[in-house]
Amino acid sequence: MTPVESSALRRTPLHARHLALGARMVPFGGWEMPVEYSGITDEHLAVRSRAGLFDVSHMGEIEVAGRDALAALQHLTSNDVSKLQIGQAQYSALTTPQGTFVDDLLVYRLADDHFLLVVNASNIEKDHAWIAGGIPSGLDAVAVNTSSRYALIAVQGPAAREVLQPLTGVELASIRYYWFATGEVAGVRATVSRTGYTGEDGFEVFVAPQYAERVWDALLEAGRPVDIRPAGLGARDTLRLEAGMRLYGNDIDETTTVLEADLEWIVAWQKGDFVGREALAAQKAAGVSRRLVGFEMVDRAIARHGYRVFVDGADAGVVTSGTQTPFLKKAVGMAYVPARLSTGDEFEIEVRNRRARARIVPLPFYKRPRK
Amino acid sequence: MYPDTLKYTKDHEWILIEDGIGRVGITDFAQRQLGDVVYVDLPEPGTAVTQGQPFGTIESVKAVSELFAPVSGEVIEVNEALKNTPEQVNRDPHGTWMVAIRLSQPAEVDALLDAAAYGELVR
Repeated sequence: MTPVESSALRRTPLHARHLALGARMVPFGGWEMPVEYSGITDEHLAVRSRAGLFDVSHMGEIEVAGRDALAALQHLTSNDVSKLQIGQAQYSALTTPQGTFVDDLLVYRLADDHFLLVVNASNIEKDHAWIAGGIPSGLDAVAVNTSSRYALIAVQGPAAREVLQPLTGVELASIRYYWFATGEVAGVRATVSRTGYTGEDGFEVFVAPQYAERVWDALLEAGRPVDIRPAGLGARDTLRLEAGMRLYGNDIDETTTVLEADLEWIVAWQKGDFVGREALAAQKAAGVSRRLVGFEMVDRAIARHGYRVFVDGADAGVVTSGTQTPFLKKAVGMAYVPARLSTGDEFEIEVRNRRARARIVPLPFYKRPRK
Repeated sequence: MYPDTLKYTKDHEWILIEDGIGRVGITDFAQRQLGDVVYVDLPEPGTAVTQGQPFGTIESVKAVSELFAPVSGEVIEVNEALKNTPEQVNRDPHGTWMVAIRLSQPAEVDALLDAAAYGELVR
């Protein structure tokens, strides 16, 4: 419909597979991505009950290497990178001096002096420039945008391990949550990480782009006995929201601090100075004035990104994510509200010229049952 | 695909008119564009609606869309079943009516599309 725009969109190595599977494609973060195949609800429920297969090759990879790579990342990110052992990953923030998010990301330790950062698709170039320009002079570290070297395929759900295990010699049961291993998947050299963005058990598989179709096909085939579903960005969004995970550009961005996003657990106060620490420490001392909370609707309505929040009749915040979630079958969301509000408190959301009541509930909305 | 018994709008509603009463739903094309419908917000019986103006909203997991009245008139009945089973819209779009409208200006029907013209529009 808008050929000029779509011709500028990037495609993942699995683009042809998505079309063949009948996916509905949409622009997302500069990429043409599948939003749904069989339907968001069907895909969402498949991941909660069995398994789903996601192409997340649009995510960016930036590698930081050199004798001082650790020191560089300690300076640029909020979490404590020194706690990572080789083979371990952590959730973190790339922070501005104001303590807001340049991006949120996963930091993987590949070697003592070599790290892999997995960043949001829409932020790849920005992050790379930020990191390359932010490594303190005198440190021996370089940042390379290696996004084009990786396809990333996520297999998620309670049956993820039984789908993936027959395709690899890597002993999946021995990979703990937020750890990774290297080996072969479907005869292709791969990094297998026990991570995901769905709130389920699952794995993310990094492979060279030229082998993406081979690995994708093998996973779909191996998943047939459990009725695996290819799943798109639509289900990815509803799954991550149920799991209480933040989405960059919706819930967090360069105007929201790590503390306001209620992510103090990724602020390593004790590790020493880092970009944004001073601002965050000041904000902690003074107390945040607003905070990201989870809510569910009390009145019958669905709140969406951008809807205004009202407390005691006054405009007091904004909804950052919201939908009717397929598994919980409830209208839920996240919003910035005045920090004085707490769990159980009610507030109002303006939904098309009327005010609908919502109640603050603890995050996550959904927690997978432990075996 | 698009039944000849129905009339259609460019906004992707259909209307089935019998004895001066029109039952209104959305087309198969519309439900496919929306994806899984999770909420349909409809007016109370007695509400006056105007051709081409919004009379309600329909929400899928992903998006919100307005529903536009194919004709002017008074809402005399609302499909209450959609409160609990909005997914009916996806399963049987042309068999799932949302509101029944008593037409106040029957001549407006002439402006609606027939099945062939609508089929051409969404081809």
